[in-house]
Amino acid sequence: MRDALGVGAAVGLSGFAFGVTSAGAGMTLAQTCVLSLLVFTGASQFALVGALGAGGAPLAAAAGALLLGVRNAFYGLRLSQMLGLPAAVRPLAAQWVIDETSAVALAQPDRRLARLGFTVTGVTLYAGWNITTLLGALGAEALGDPAAWGLDVAGPAVFLALLLPMIRDRSSAAPPARAGATPAPGRGEAGTATARPIRAAALRHEVAVAVLAVLLALACVPFLPAGVPVLVAVLAAPAVLAVAALRSRSAARRERTAAERAEEA
Amino acid sequence: MGAWIAIAVTVAGCYAVKLLGLSVPAAVLERPLVRRLAALVPIAALAALIALQTFADGRTLVVDARAAGLAAAAVALLLRAPFLVTVAAAVAVTAAVRALTG
Repeated sequence: MRDALGVGAAVGLSGFAFGVTSAGAGMTLAQTCVLSLLVFTGASQFALVGALGAGGAPLAAAAGALLLGVRNAFYGLRLSQMLGLPAAVRPLAAQWVIDETSAVALAQPDRRLARLGFTVTGVTLYAGWNITTLLGALGAEALGDPAAWGLDVAGPAVFLALLLPMIRDRSSAAPPARAGATPAPGRGEAGTATARPIRAAALRHEVAVAVLAVLLALACVPFLPAGVPVLVAVLAAPAVLAVAALRSRSAARRERTAAERAEEA
Repeated sequence: MGAWIAIAVTVAGCYAVKLLGLSVPAAVLERPLVRRLAALVPIAALAALIALQTFADGRTLVVDARAAGLAAAAVALLLRAPFLVTVAAAVAVTAAVRALTG
């Protein structure tokens, strides 16, 4: 319960930042509020207005936003086991399946507390996110040029706060155990010693994917319309996995030939 | 109009993805390759978006006050600052650099 309220309070600034950013990107008040009411997953919203503001084509911008939303499916998967929701409630609960609610719910010891945590976090965040979005969008008009206030960097800063824990803890597929600062729950949870070798290998993949994605995206900027470079950059994920698979296969082959040679000798 | 189309597609898509996770049997999404990809795709997208929204200006690449703001956010995160402080630091540094360099 305290987890839930803490997360709800902390989300305020990013909601405000989203409202301001969205208005700065040229979205109307109605568009900004509809996004927060109906999309309700922060990173996707920032990505969408960022791409549209940079002059991206609507479908390319939406595709970029959807790619960021994919992780919510995996949260839902774990939540559905934890919460055991009846089929009739699922369409309603689905809207609240996001980083923060998953982190809080999955950290609870039993189903009753998980349901309570999920509901309280969901209600608090939904209300907080939408109210602060509205305030941010209204405030943006009063502020004038959001760039003069440095607010155009709020989006990248939010993304960085989301990204670093994913690289540090490999927590992106499974939500971290505990909600810390929002929207980067589970910041700085150290890994357990037992899993370290596997973790180290996987961590290299995460860093490689991030670096390759940055390079791909920046390399595409001069040649592709806004919104498309991020779609190209996402190919870094399958590319790194493919290279890793090839390398582990050839390493296995090397080991096998070495073993055979040792047997012959 | 274009913006509304993008919003509609994003609304429908993001909701569908959330509902999918709650509704499909676990085995479908629990395959190791799918899990790994799902973990890595947001990393690629976030990393690319950070770079683009910091260094891209239309179709050119620039290093400006945004880079300083992002660096401030990175420092704040490495010092384990709370989320609010991180974003505030980025915004303040960007605004300060802009004000100083005019």
